[in-house]
Parts: sequence; structure tokens; C-alpha cells
Amino acid sequence: MKRGLRVIIPITVAGVLIAVFAWLVHGKQIDVIHTAGIVADEQRQLLFFALLLSACVVVPVFTLLILFSVKYRAGNKNSSYDPNFSENAVLEGLWWGIPIAIIGILGMLTYQTSHSLDPYKKLEGGKELSIQVIGLQWKWLFIYPEYNVATLNYMAAPVDRPVHLSLTAQAPMSALWIPALGSQIYAMNGMDSQLNLKGTKIGEYTGYNTNINGEGYAKMTFTAKIMSRNDFSNWQTKASSSKNMMDMATFDVLAKPESMRDERDYVLVDKDLYDKVMQRNMPHGHTSTEHQE
Amino acid sequence: MSKVLNRSFEKYEKAEFGFWLYLMTDIILFASLFATYMILKNNVAGGETAAQLFDPKFALVETIILLLSSFTCGLAVLLLRFKNKAAGLAMLVATLLLGIAFISLELYEFTNLVNEGQSWQTSAFLSAFFTLVGTHGIHITIGIVWAVVMCVYLLKYGVTSNSLRKMTLFSLFWHFLDLVWIFIFTIVYLGAVL
Amino acid sequence: MSDWLQIMIGRISLDYLPSDPATIGAAIGMPLMVLGVVGALTYFKKWKWLWESWLTNLDAKKIGTMYIIVAILMLVRGGADAIMLRMQTAVAVGDAKGPFDADMFQQVVTAHGTLMIFFVAMGLVFGIINWVLPLMIGARDMAFPLLNSISFWLFAAGMVLNNFSLVFGGFSNGGWLGYPPLTELQYNPGPGVDYWIWSLQIAGVGSLMSGINFFVTIIKNRAPGMTFWKMPVFSWSVFVMSVLIMLAFPILTVTLTLLGLDRTMGMHFFTSDAGGNPMLYINLIWAWGHPEVYILVLPAFGIFSEVVATYSKKILFGYRTMVYALLAIMFLSFVVWQHHFFTMGAGANVNAFFGIMTMVIAIPTGVKIFNWLFTMYRGRIDFKAPMVWFLAFVFTFTIGGVTGVLMAVPALDFQVHNTMFLVAHFHNVIIGGVVFGLFAGITHWFPKIFGFKLYDKFGRWAATLWQIGFILAFIPLYILGLMGAVRRLDSYDDPSWQPFFIVSGIGVLVIATGVAAFLLQVGYSIWKRKELIDTTGDPWDGRTLEWSVPSPAPHYNFAVIPEVTERDEWWHRKQTGNTAYARKEYVDIWLPRNSAVGIYVAIAAGFMGFGIIWHIWWLVAIALLGLVVVVIKQTVNDDSEYQVTANELFHEDQKRSVV
Repeated sequence: MKRGLRVIIPITVAGVLIAVFAWLVHGKQIDVIHTAGIVADEQRQLLFFALLLSACVVVPVFTLLILFSVKYRAGNKNSSYDPNFSENAVLEGLWWGIPIAIIGILGMLTYQTSHSLDPYKKLEGGKELSIQVIGLQWKWLFIYPEYNVATLNYMAAPVDRPVHLSLTAQAPMSALWIPALGSQIYAMNGMDSQLNLKGTKIGEYTGYNTNINGEGYAKMTFTAKIMSRNDFSNWQTKASSSKNMMDMATFDVLAKPESMRDERDYVLVDKDLYDKVMQRNMPHGHTSTEHQE
Repeated sequence: MSKVLNRSFEKYEKAEFGFWLYLMTDIILFASLFATYMILKNNVAGGETAAQLFDPKFALVETIILLLSSFTCGLAVLLLRFKNKAAGLAMLVATLLLGIAFISLELYEFTNLVNEGQSWQTSAFLSAFFTLVGTHGIHITIGIVWAVVMCVYLLKYGVTSNSLRKMTLFSLFWHFLDLVWIFIFTIVYLGAVL
Repeated sequence: MSDWLQIMIGRISLDYLPSDPATIGAAIGMPLMVLGVVGALTYFKKWKWLWESWLTNLDAKKIGTMYIIVAILMLVRGGADAIMLRMQTAVAVGDAKGPFDADMFQQVVTAHGTLMIFFVAMGLVFGIINWVLPLMIGARDMAFPLLNSISFWLFAAGMVLNNFSLVFGGFSNGGWLGYPPLTELQYNPGPGVDYWIWSLQIAGVGSLMSGINFFVTIIKNRAPGMTFWKMPVFSWSVFVMSVLIMLAFPILTVTLTLLGLDRTMGMHFFTSDAGGNPMLYINLIWAWGHPEVYILVLPAFGIFSEVVATYSKKILFGYRTMVYALLAIMFLSFVVWQHHFFTMGAGANVNAFFGIMTMVIAIPTGVKIFNWLFTMYRGRIDFKAPMVWFLAFVFTFTIGGVTGVLMAVPALDFQVHNTMFLVAHFHNVIIGGVVFGLFAGITHWFPKIFGFKLYDKFGRWAATLWQIGFILAFIPLYILGLMGAVRRLDSYDDPSWQPFFIVSGIGVLVIATGVAAFLLQVGYSIWKRKELIDTTGDPWDGRTLEWSVPSPAPHYNFAVIPEVTERDEWWHRKQTGNTAYARKEYVDIWLPRNSAVGIYVAIAAGFMGFGIIWHIWWLVAIALLGLVVVVIKQTVNDDSEYQVTANELFHEDQKRSVV
């Protein structure tokens, strides 16, 4: 292939690819980047910092790759040929040392953020709202013991107030994730996992199930509604006056495998519903494993 | 002549080394089963526990039988190495008879448990127990069949470099199973009451 | 009457025939293809040749070729699966329907992952190792040639079971790792999960045997004088891989068995009731699963160590470091498994430990990349196809490595676990590392096995198409993951995701043309083999021992086993002009006879698996009995080798060699 073409074609292809991706990304809502909760905010910072650190390795690697490919190709008579050059302590020192340093920094950050962003860690800034979540085939049930209501396929919470989720399941393993707000966590039969989030912007954010649990898996989405204090009070009133009752009987019907996507409100008749559902799936004569702090 | 000796020695060396490696992988297999048992042994689903179900004295009898069989197996290998076909064969037969005794006792224990309603379907704990001990039992059964084949082979071909190599591999297998049983005895049966 | 029928056919029923067009098409097409091959063999009277030259042949090179053929076939099937998946996601927005319903889609996604890992990647890796390892260490064959054959046939049996599920019964819908309780009877009573369990179990036993075989081969079959520190890096990578296999695969055997016992004998290891613990499964399966990915990628690294040095006409930079890095990876790969489930709630300290260990393993991996780059430095690089694959590898794998390190931070993983970001990451490293490495290896060693080179231009096209296809198919997935798209989605609500899925679909089609280019390369090269013939046995001016024998390599590999004194022994011999053997160095040798034991074992295993899946217990009993008979017969078979005299070897050598 002609020499000029060999340079122009790869550059053009690269340019087209970059343009395609720029067009794809332009103007799109990317929940993990355009966040609305304090946990997600911190995770975004972490993402950018880690990417920056990685660039310290990626940039040299790509540069050397292109440089050496061009300079030391067989057709280039201007480069020196040293067939036995195989050891160099300085170079080795550099490419062991720099990655070790980068991993060292990232490692410390890992330890720190594993604690600070632990889903089980309670968040600051107000009285927490306790919500109990039960993963079902194929819908999400949210129980608000404080207000004696329950909702199906949406979660209501006031803005700037910590939300403490307890999760269990009556279904194959699922995992609750609201990317705009922060971390995901598994919801498992007989287990009681915890997730702490806090929304900072009023709005409606999609929540997903990240663990395949049967036919209706893809449609098992819900909406996290972060509301103003007023709207939240109104919601409370409205939900409390719902005609639907949530007790064990209703629950067992709901737990049957069926994809449901509509939003519903319930009045919570059985305050211990969540505990009962979790206990009856627990391995007997054995408490669920202690979560370490 | 030396070429033939070399070839059979090379064959022996490789076979023994390869077999040791297989035994190491079997250790990982049993280790996974032990880990499973230890994690699930308290998950009795409201049923009876290990302390209530297992009798270490019974297991002690099984242990002694198996230890004895390892002894006879060792004797068999030595006798055959010294070209004493009849005595070696007798010890091999003793080994497999003791193996059969062991399996009979184990089947007796399993049948009793099942008849009392404590089967592998009852709880995670029992699933783990039957699988761990049962896997060992299946290995022993394979060993018994192997021993029978060895007897026939020895009767047909006598003591040759081939039959010595095969005996060595068999004895490695048998001793290994004895070792695994010691762990089962300790972790499952003694572990139940201590 | 119906009781009898129940016993005879277990739970087989016509209900299990496929009902959607794509599957029906495959269910008809596949048997037709098989019939076509059978027909051709009969018409051209080639059965005897096939049986003696290939199926019962214990020569590692033949076995290697069979592995690679099966793997490429499965690549086409798994790739077709991928195309269908992307066809679905390109259109299934909101209420719009794609070619599959949700359950079928989930089966296809499970089959895609399972096939690619167990039958494509493992198949290609074992194939290349069979081609190259004995030649590279100066040996005639593997330590246990019959075991080698049994391994291949078990692999093939697993493949057959997996594909048969398409025709009858359907496959698992539980993802390639089949987490309970979804895969327990309570939520999945049908035969699909059982097909998954038993096809993997059978293939897995074959892999374990290979691990032992390769390890003993390296320890015992090296040419005299080849100490460990003189062994080529590819052999070191196989050594490390074998250790990983021996330690990890028994865990897979146990885990699959336990799930199988839950499903077949009503046990409760991982059920939601009676004390079962699904989290135990997840720990066990990943304790195997993480070493598995290193099992796949380390030989690919080894291939690149050979390829870069050869085509740069330069010694590999930092041999010792490369070896230490391999050993470090070997140890570390056993202490990172929990990073696959940071989100299961183990707590900050546990997560932090595994996260940090995962990052640490990135260090020796990164070091290797620099060593390869500096092998190019001051070399004289010939950019044949293998080197183009290498360029693609460095670019692609580095990105994948970076996203891996990102996900190793548990707090970050909480936002990307099980999303398309994860899917992009693992395709990134597996395609960049394993696929590109194996294609480089196949191209590089093809002439040694077949006697003619692959036509280079099409190989360079294949690499380029794969690279561009990869970027289009997987970079959008990173962004999709950040937008909220989770993995294994058969449909989604947000239309702003659709352009990403469409671009990804185009990428998959580009990759398909890359596969086509490779097939074209092979077909064209066979057609033009006379022009592409390798007359010297050393078409690339190679450095290691395999290039010292004629091409195609004779079934006995070396007429005279060389005495090794250097690393890169062949390169050294060429420099000192010491490339021929004296007549007195030829001695009598023993080679393994053909054997059909592998085929019989695999047939028995296959029928046992089929019987367990469909609850046909008499079939299981008979197959087990058959297996026992075959094994016993073989253990008392003392006549498994035949002799080739020194004279015969000398004359064979004279006929072939061109010094």
C-alpha cells in the first residue's frame, strides 16, 4: 500500500469512529454521570479520578506502540537494530514502579471509599426515611413502616433526606439499582441487605434490576420519585387513603410470577409483613450472616 | 535390555507422577465438599442436628476397618515387590474385603438415617453430609472394583513391571482415601459431638 | 402401559420441540449439516481415513487440529447467537418486539456465553497448546497421549450435548454461570439448566485431565538440557495455566454436581428452602470462575511473547520478569474471586481486600505489555498478520484492563456491576487477549502443522475488521452501562439507548466479516497451498525448537531429540551453523498406537448426561456400565505402543529435510 495511504486511512477511520461516538453521546442523559444523589455524586468523582490515573499508563502504552511500530518497522533503514537488547534496569524500574505507585494510590482510595461508600453505612443530613423493599417476580414492592403504606413499582422519598432501604426477596435473586442516586445491592430470599441513598435533586429517576431472575427480568424497572417536602406530604396522604390493602394474603398473590408494571398504592395492614417474609425464607436454626462494619 | 528397563521405568515414573497430581485435584474436590459441609452443617431446617444423628463410636469402627485395610494394602505392595505372588494376592483380597465391610457399614448407617426420615432431601445439612460421605464411599467402591481387576490381572500376568506399576497406583489411591476418611471422621463425626 | 413408557423415555415429550422460527431453523439446519458431512464422507469413501488419520489418532497435532475445528464451528454458532441478540436489542424498544420472546432471548444469551467460554476459548487454547507445546520443548508428544484424546472427545461430547439442546428441550436461561435459586427446580423445572450442567461437567472433566497432562508433559518431556529457565515463555504460560486448571476445575466439578444433585435428587444445597444457601454457590462458582479467565488469557500472553520476538527479529525483553509476572498472576488469581460479587453485601473490609488484590494483579499484567513493547524497540519488525493481531491486542486489551481496574474499586463497581459496562469490559479483555492471541497463534504456527502458510493479506484484513468491529460493537456498551442499561436485556424503555444498540449491532456484523475473512484466509490458502508451501520448515526465521523440524511436522516431531544449551535454542543453532544431526544420533523410538477409547468414553459420558437430563435412568445405568467396561479394558491393555527403528527415522528425515 502506498506510504501516504498508510497514514491517511488509519487516521480517517479513527476520526470517523470518534465522530460516531461523539454523535452518539451528544445530549444524552447518562445517569451515572448526571447524578442526583450524594452517593452517586461521590462515585462520579471517583470514576473521573480513576480514569485520570489510568491515563498515566494508557497514554505511554499507546504512544510507544505507535512510535515503535513506525520507527522499527523493517522498511525503515534509519533505525538502529539491536537484536540482543533484552535487559534494562531503569526501564524495568519505571514500569514496575509507576504502576505500583498508581495501584498504591488507588488501593488507598479503595480502602477509604469501601468504607465511606459502603451501602450499609447510614448517611448524614436529617432523619432517615426507612423503606423496606421486597423483590418479586417481576415487580418491586416498597413498604413504608413509618407511614403504614406500601407502593408497587415506585419509591417515594423527600429530597435531601437520607433514605435507608432494607431489602429482601420472594423470588430468585434480584438487585436494586437507581443509577442517578447511587449503588446497587442484591435482594435475596431470607436475607436482609441494606442500602443508604440520598437524593439531592427533585425529579423522577429510573430504577432497575441488575440480576437476571426469569422471563420478566427486563421489564422489572421502577421509578424513584424524589419529591419536595410538600409533595411528599401530599403523597403520604394520598397513599394512606388507597383502597388497596397490603397484608400477607395480598402479598402472596402479588408474589406469583407475573410481570406487573403499573404503579399502585396500598395501605399497610400488616406492619410486620417484611420481617415475616424474610424470616420464612431463612435457613432455620441459623441466623443470617452478620454484616461486618 | 537397558533400553527396555529405561522405557518401563520412564513409564512408571510418569504414571506415578501423573497419578499424584490427580490425587491433588481430588483433594481440592474433597476440600470443596468439606467447605460446603462446614458452611451448611447448622442449616437443619428445624430438623435434627449432627449431634443428635451421628454416632462417633460407629464411625470409629469404620475408621479401624479402613486403617486396617491400608495396612493390608501396604503389605500387598511390599509382598508383590518381593515377588511373593500368593501372599501379595491374599493381602490384596483382604484389603478389598475390608473395603466391602466398610461400605456395608456405611450403607447400613445411610439406610437407618433414611428410614428415620433423615434423608438428603430433608435439609441442607443432610444434603451436605450425604454428599461428602457418599462421594468418599463412591471412591471406595471404585477402589474395590479396581482391586478386583488387579486380582484378575495378577492371576493372569503375574508379577511384572506393569503389574507393580498398577499396584503402586492402586495403593496410592487406597491410602489417599483412608486419609480423606480421617478428615471425615474428625470433622463430621467428632465435630458433631465435640 | 404409561408407567412403562415413563420409565423408557423419562420426561421426554413432544412439548420440548422448538417453537420459534429461529430455533426451528437451527434445529433443522444443524442435523442437515451433519448429514451432509456424513454423506460426503460416505460418497468419497473417506471413513477409514477419517477414523485412522484423525479420530483415533493420538498425535497431539491431530488432536490440536480437531480442537480448533470444533472451536471455530462453535465460534460461528456463538457469533450467530450474538448477531441475533443484537438484532433483538436494535429493535426492542418499549413494546416493540424483536425476533425472540424474553425466555428465548435469555436462552440465547446463556448459550452465547457458555459456548464462547467453554467451547470456543478453551477449544482454541487447548488446540494451540496441542499443536505447539511438545514441539516447543523438544518432545515427541504429550506425557499421556491417550488421556489427551479422551480430553478432546469429552470436550466434543459436551459440545454435542449443548447443541442438542437447541434441537430438543431448550437451553438454560440462567446466564452462563447459572446462579441459583433461579436455576433450581422451584424456578426452572425444565431440562434447559440440566443440559447446561451436564455439557459443562463433561467438558470440564476433559479440561482437568488436560491440565494434568500438560503439566506432566512440561515436567517430564522436556528435551535434555532444557532447564526451566531455558524454556520458551509460551511453555511457561502453559505451565502456569495447568496449575490453575488443576486447582480450579475440581471446584467447578463439585459446584455443578451439587446443583445437579439439588435438581435431580431433591437436595438442598442452594435452594431457597430447607436451609439452602445460594450465596455459597456464588462463592464456589467464582472460586473456579476467576482462575478460569486467567487459564484462558495466559496462553494468549505466551503466544504474543513468541510472536513479538519472532517478527521483531529480536530476543524477548526481560525473560525473567515475564516468568515472574506469570507466577505472580498464578498465585494472585486465587485471591480475587469475590470481586465478582462486591454488591452481595459482604462488608467494607472484605470488599476492600478483594478490590486491592484485584488491582495488584493488574501490575504484573501491565508489566508484560511494556516488556513486549520493548521487544519491538530496536527490532526489525515484519508486520505479518500475527503482528497486526498483536497491535490490535495491545490497543484493545489495555482499554479492557483499565476498565477492569476501575471495576476493582468496590465503590465504583456498585454503579457498574452487571450492567453493559461489565459486558463491555469482559468482552474487551477476552476478545483483545484470548481471541486476538489465538488468531495470531493459529496464523503463526499453521505452516508448521500443515506445511503451507496462510495467505497473509486476508489475515491482516481479518485483524483489522475484528478491531474496527470490536470498537463499534463494544465501546457503545460502556456508555450504555453508565446510562442504566443492565446486562441480558431483551427489551428496554428508553429510546435514547437505541442508537447505541444499533451501532453495536453494526459492530457485530463487522466482526462477522472478520470471522469470514479468517475463513476466507484458510480456504484460499488451502486452494493456493502449492504457492504458499513452506519448504524450509522455518518460514519466519523462528527462534524456538519447533522451527527446527520440517513442515508439516512429522508425527514423531523430532527424528533426533535435540540437546538444549540455550534459551531460543534454534536461533542459537542457526547463528552457529549447527543445524543437522549425525547418523549415530538416531535411535529407536516408541510411538502410541491409535486408540478409540476416547471416543467410547465420550459416547458413554454423553449418554449418561443425556439420561440424567431426561430422567432416563436405565440409559444412565447402561452408559455407566459401558464406561466402566471401557476403562477396565484399557487399564489392562499393555500393548499401546509401536516401535519405529533408527533406520526408518533416518530415512524419513532424509526424505523430508531441506537444510
